[in-house]
Amino acid sequence: MNSDHRASPSEVLRPKNVGAPIKRTEDPRLLAGSGEYTADRKPDRPLHLAFLRSGLPHARIVRIDTAAALEAPGVVAVFTAEDIAGDFKPVIPFSRMPNYYATPILPLASEKVRYVGEAVAAVVATSRYLAEDALELIEIDYEPLRPVARAEMAVADGAPLLHEEAGTNVLIAREFSKGDVAADLGVAAVRVRGRFEMTRKAPLAMEPRSYTAEYEKRRDALTLYTSSNIPGIVRDAISESLSLPGHRLRVVAPDVGGSFGSKGSLYPEELLICIAARKLRRSVKWTADRLEDVSSSSQAFAEIVDAEMGFDANGVATSLQADVIGDVGAFSIYPWTCGLEPVQVVSFLPGPYKIRSYRGAVRGVATCKPPTGPYRGVGRPISTFVAERLMDMGAKALGIDPLEIRRRNLVRAEEFPYRIASGIIWDKTGFIECLEAAAAAAGYEQLRKQQAEARRHGRLLGIGIASYAELTGIGSRIAVAPGMPINTGSETARITIDSTGAITAAFGVASHGQGLETTLAQIVADDLGARFEDVRVIQGDSDEVPMSTGTYASRSAVLGGGAAKHASKILREKIKRVASHLLEANADDLEVTEGKVAVLGTDRAVSFKQIAKAVYSDMKTLPIDAREELTATYTYDPINGTTAAATHIAMVEVDPATCFVKIHKFVVAEDCGRIINPMIVDGQVHGGVAQGIGAALFEELIYDEEGQLLTASLVDYVIPSAPEVPLMDVVHVESESAVAGGFRGMGEGGTIGAPAAIANAIADALSPFDADVSVLPMTPERIFRLMQNAKFKAKEKSND
Amino acid sequence: MSDVSVTVNEARYDVSDVEPRMLLSDFLRDRLGLTGTHVGCEHGVCGACTVLVNGDSVRSCLMLAVQADGTAIVTVEGLGSPEELNVLQSQFREHHGLQCGFCTPGMLMTGEDMLRKYPLATDDQIREGLSGNLCRCTGYQNIVAAIRSAAAMRREKEE
Repeated sequence: MNSDHRASPSEVLRPKNVGAPIKRTEDPRLLAGSGEYTADRKPDRPLHLAFLRSGLPHARIVRIDTAAALEAPGVVAVFTAEDIAGDFKPVIPFSRMPNYYATPILPLASEKVRYVGEAVAAVVATSRYLAEDALELIEIDYEPLRPVARAEMAVADGAPLLHEEAGTNVLIAREFSKGDVAADLGVAAVRVRGRFEMTRKAPLAMEPRSYTAEYEKRRDALTLYTSSNIPGIVRDAISESLSLPGHRLRVVAPDVGGSFGSKGSLYPEELLICIAARKLRRSVKWTADRLEDVSSSSQAFAEIVDAEMGFDANGVATSLQADVIGDVGAFSIYPWTCGLEPVQVVSFLPGPYKIRSYRGAVRGVATCKPPTGPYRGVGRPISTFVAERLMDMGAKALGIDPLEIRRRNLVRAEEFPYRIASGIIWDKTGFIECLEAAAAAAGYEQLRKQQAEARRHGRLLGIGIASYAELTGIGSRIAVAPGMPINTGSETARITIDSTGAITAAFGVASHGQGLETTLAQIVADDLGARFEDVRVIQGDSDEVPMSTGTYASRSAVLGGGAAKHASKILREKIKRVASHLLEANADDLEVTEGKVAVLGTDRAVSFKQIAKAVYSDMKTLPIDAREELTATYTYDPINGTTAAATHIAMVEVDPATCFVKIHKFVVAEDCGRIINPMIVDGQVHGGVAQGIGAALFEELIYDEEGQLLTASLVDYVIPSAPEVPLMDVVHVESESAVAGGFRGMGEGGTIGAPAAIANAIADALSPFDADVSVLPMTPERIFRLMQNAKFKAKEKSND
Repeated sequence: MSDVSVTVNEARYDVSDVEPRMLLSDFLRDRLGLTGTHVGCEHGVCGACTVLVNGDSVRSCLMLAVQADGTAIVTVEGLGSPEELNVLQSQFREHHGLQCGFCTPGMLMTGEDMLRKYPLATDDQIREGLSGNLCRCTGYQNIVAAIRSAAAMRREKEE
């Protein structure tokens, strides 16, 4: 050993799991086919569900005849809305938001269908094959109603109403404002505006939605295995709807194959499968096929934003206004409401910038499409796209470099906490630091030289920057969706050392790929003083904690991690109290590390196993009042939550012949606070950026004027594959947040920054044509049109 | 109804009463209980259900179980156990080449096929080989790294 650096005893004794790229606990089972996703459950002689879904976008249900289907081989039951009417209460996505109409969630369509793909009837049979056969024997008479396929059509005079009781198709309307926008725009040196659109997308987890309801005769109880990221919310909602108390309804999210938001709401099929299992007193399974998943899972974005930004002569953005129309689909989702996505667009539009006056108005409008819901980034991918496009348009008009204009507008270190014009408060985060780090890592100056050189050769090379900030790990002061009557502000950890000395840490948060089994164990190991490999994390099981919601809104590292830290500390103190008896030493002289308690400066120590034995099994060693159960529960609420931020820089090239976009370089500099596991953080950024690339270049759910989905297969709805995704360079600006552990949420950011950075890069690449990038995805077809229009305009001009 | 005899992961299965329309993916999962093979799209695009049939990668959702009669199949369960991962599996773990793990069995089976058949000298070749397998979590970067590393280990072994 080098004598210059001899590790001090405390460094040797205190393993640092937090901050280390520890290999994931989940991996061995998932790599060997030993994982268990919902569809892998093997209950005793399960029955299988299949749904008959509406092929019409808007129609009255006149008659359903299920007689022939009931006679089909293997069929056990057929359900329509009428058959189950007495078995549940509708689930209402309530909110105290003004100007909001809550549409009820029903297991099967009743009286009317409102989108293609809505479930109308369900067949239960001995196999999925037989259940699907019987679907063809169900006869439904519909009275077609006029479809409402576009948000603009839905608000037109005389438009057919999806929910007549609401009296309007506008299900939510809100407005945020601060300062005198009109006056500020009036005196602005430069005003830039545009009509921006982020088309409808599918979150598209690789595992389709899947539910298995397992009936237990002895207790007349149900366990719902669900591919959900909100098992706690699902448990509470189904309990209420089916009048089934929590001790007879367990909801478990086992291994879940991705969500990205598509598994983050309660679904009609979850209600129906529980109703069916209860009625039939049998276990029932259902997994969506890809068509069902794409056409009935919650969809994303679908907003048109008319926005304008004003700048002073120095390039400081002073004012911003926007009118947003969100095409929210046919229903509100539970519990987030149809306001979740479009309202966040106006909440976050000012982004990380010090814009002094703001007006943002939003309408969420019902159309004959599946509901929109959460998708990685929620609202912010489009708010960032719009704000960053406007920032670049302003820079261009003023002749300022895009990097420089962001330097002049971002909130700086000394200005935090900062309340932006929409009312959101950013706590201290490295906005400028991310911008500078990304520019340095990308070699920004060099890229500009490269671009100039490429331009000389007629190549369409462009560079795009996008900076953004997001709220993560939100506590009780802010509801994740406004006015919602459920608690999204806290999470519980329960850590137990049992009589064998085994450590179990149970959480209500759930993992659908983020590796929480690993990261939460890292935190527990450090704060409890255990060995990482000895900590078993249980999550996503409603029986493990009294109340939970799940994983969403980049909360689990902050809330689950905070709960883990506090519960670990309480349990460590208990361990020390027992150990001080066993070691006859003062608790202050004890150190807990590696699953042992040692008297400082001596070789006297007891293991957790010995401590557990003394507490639970041994009647003589400890006085009775010292036999405290080795368990600790803590519910953590970060109150406000914390900010996370990043800057993305992309360099792209447009091929003028094919109009395809090639991404040459992609750099992310992000601030997610203290990093728990850098390997996992990098993976989250890579995956988020890849989804952002999809949103920017490929992905679009296209509904025709009749409300029919034209892109319902993976051939037509194109997500990025390996050749389309570039090598990404991720830089971390690790500024600790004020919440427990100094963490910040970071799972969504990649998807927020990438579309804007790529849009700006394409606009930059196409600047010889003076083409405007205002719709995503920028498919080859759209780029072709932009270039053709520009050429046409140039020709007209020269003819004049 | 038909009889199907297959060798899966070196074990012989003789299964009777197999409907001719039953997909190989459903047969492996529901009749043999081998749920490591995942079904992501049932139209041959996502690649999650990829298995090796007589040494070649095949989408088990595009093949009928009766067509597999008499073949030798390898599924993800045949590569290595959680306790003893094979080279490619352990490189996936080493490089964080999986997150939710749903596409992973298909990625591994395609990867095994690629490693046996192609030199995989560049990342472009690896990405091209993976282009029929969709992953929504990783952005592919670490999957490419895992296969690159497994290819390098194989080359080292051969030298």
